[in-house]
Amino acid sequence: MPNRLGWLRIPLYGVLVFLYLPISVLIFMSFNKSDAPFTWTGFSTKWYSVLISSPNIMEGFKNTLIVAIVTTIISLVLGTLLAIGLARYQKSSSLEAVALTPAIFPDLALAIGLLALFTSLHLTLGLHSVIISHALFCMAFVTAIVRGRLAQIDSSLEEAAQDLGDTAVGTFFRITLPSIKPALIAGGLLAFTLSLDEFVIAFFTNGPSSPTLPIVIYSMVRFGVSPEINALATVVLLISALIVTIAQRNVKVQDQL
Amino acid sequence: MALAVKSEERDAIKRRALLSRAVFLVPGLTYITAFMLIPLGFIFAYTFLSRGTYGGIEFIFTLENYTRALDSLYIGVLVKSVLIAAAATILAFVIGFPVAYAITKLPTNRQNIMLVLIVLPFWTNFLIRTYAWIVLLNTQGFLNKGLINMGVISQPLELLYKPGAIVLGLLYAYIPLMILPIYSALVRIDPSMKEAAINLGATPAQAFRQVTLPLALPGVLVGAIFVFVPSVGNFIVPELLGGGKTIMVGNLIRDQFLKARDWPFGSVLALSMVIMLLVLFFIQARVNRRVLGDSRA
Repeated sequence: MPNRLGWLRIPLYGVLVFLYLPISVLIFMSFNKSDAPFTWTGFSTKWYSVLISSPNIMEGFKNTLIVAIVTTIISLVLGTLLAIGLARYQKSSSLEAVALTPAIFPDLALAIGLLALFTSLHLTLGLHSVIISHALFCMAFVTAIVRGRLAQIDSSLEEAAQDLGDTAVGTFFRITLPSIKPALIAGGLLAFTLSLDEFVIAFFTNGPSSPTLPIVIYSMVRFGVSPEINALATVVLLISALIVTIAQRNVKVQDQL
Repeated sequence: MALAVKSEERDAIKRRALLSRAVFLVPGLTYITAFMLIPLGFIFAYTFLSRGTYGGIEFIFTLENYTRALDSLYIGVLVKSVLIAAAATILAFVIGFPVAYAITKLPTNRQNIMLVLIVLPFWTNFLIRTYAWIVLLNTQGFLNKGLINMGVISQPLELLYKPGAIVLGLLYAYIPLMILPIYSALVRIDPSMKEAAINLGATPAQAFRQVTLPLALPGVLVGAIFVFVPSVGNFIVPELLGGGKTIMVGNLIRDQFLKARDWPFGSVLALSMVIMLLVLFFIQARVNRRVLGDSRA
């Protein structure tokens, strides 16, 4: 089977080297003993202790977790309702386009719009404004995933339940929700990861007192190379890889159903 | 009597259907209206207003923001942004298409592993991925060191802070978004169509060019939009890898909102970017419809 690839092996493995080489260098250098950014001087885990003892980074990490968790909850509720509405109650391609627009619209345009809105409402910027903004585009991703799942499953079960006298709410909890569970897990994890790593919108809608982790990272990388960033990068990469792997499991379950 | 009951029942069912429709649709659509449609309306309105003395806006109608955007300085920035984003998109296609094609040739379980490997870097922090290239491309960085040790060069090359470095950073960041839609377009192609072409006397190369490539076109266009859209408005990669020398439209918009505090002018720049992208979406939808129409016929 693999020999069917022929010369196509070159771009395939080439792109993997291209994608993983820079990341690998960061991970490797995060264990460097000295703070020389480009010279290997020996193994050490001291940069990880520097991370843990850095109040800025820990504060940013805490803020990011709060934002990501609340964003995930809001976008799961709103996105799931919207997906069911679009799939079962109002089939309209233009409404569907509106629902998915926050996911593909340029983040910078959304960011300045939200900043304009919050400013004209005289809303103090802070974690709450980041959460409102993140839920906007995360919701669109949840809608897309749940909508895709609903298109695969037969709506006749729901119709049967309603014909037998079940209420819409009852049908929702007894039939619809269990059948879209894998999509909810995948969508929730996706929303969580997206919020965790989002910078542009957070940069515009955040107050100065409560930076999220990407904002902390931004202020660090602007001032050049440091082994601390390498250690932070390694931790962030591990967390993202873990979440994506879990999400992937659920998408596979979804395919099998 | 029976009829009256029936119509009452029907009314109740109708009311219930209307109610559940509202329960499901209203919260999400209200949220999108409040936090996307209205804010974008604000930005559009700002383009006709004057800047406030200390940021913000003043409600004095003007077209000056538009005439100012026509200055060759800003047009130049817009053109440069488009060229850089287009270069990243074309490179992503040239590299990404063979990669996507190669993945379709793998056994199914290995296809999934390969797809996860391709997307995994995409789900990690964008700033960190961009920063990694500073570590690699710096004059004292790993690439220069490696080349000097191998004797290829004697003096370190200045690889960063050039348009090429921005293209590379954008390519690195978004190439998974090109590979995935092309892959899903390719796996959906019925293999019998290619076999039919070969049975009718086409060479494998001809079958590829006349069957596979056109049917993959919708996927290519989706990928192109996925790469181009975040590239053209990007301000992180130009700042970190372009050293601020090559300013793209994203940097300009960011600066108008956060530094120069000229929101109306920033809004005009953002509007021009959005209109350009809407034109692209429109083209994509047209081509998509045409290709899908052809394959159905």
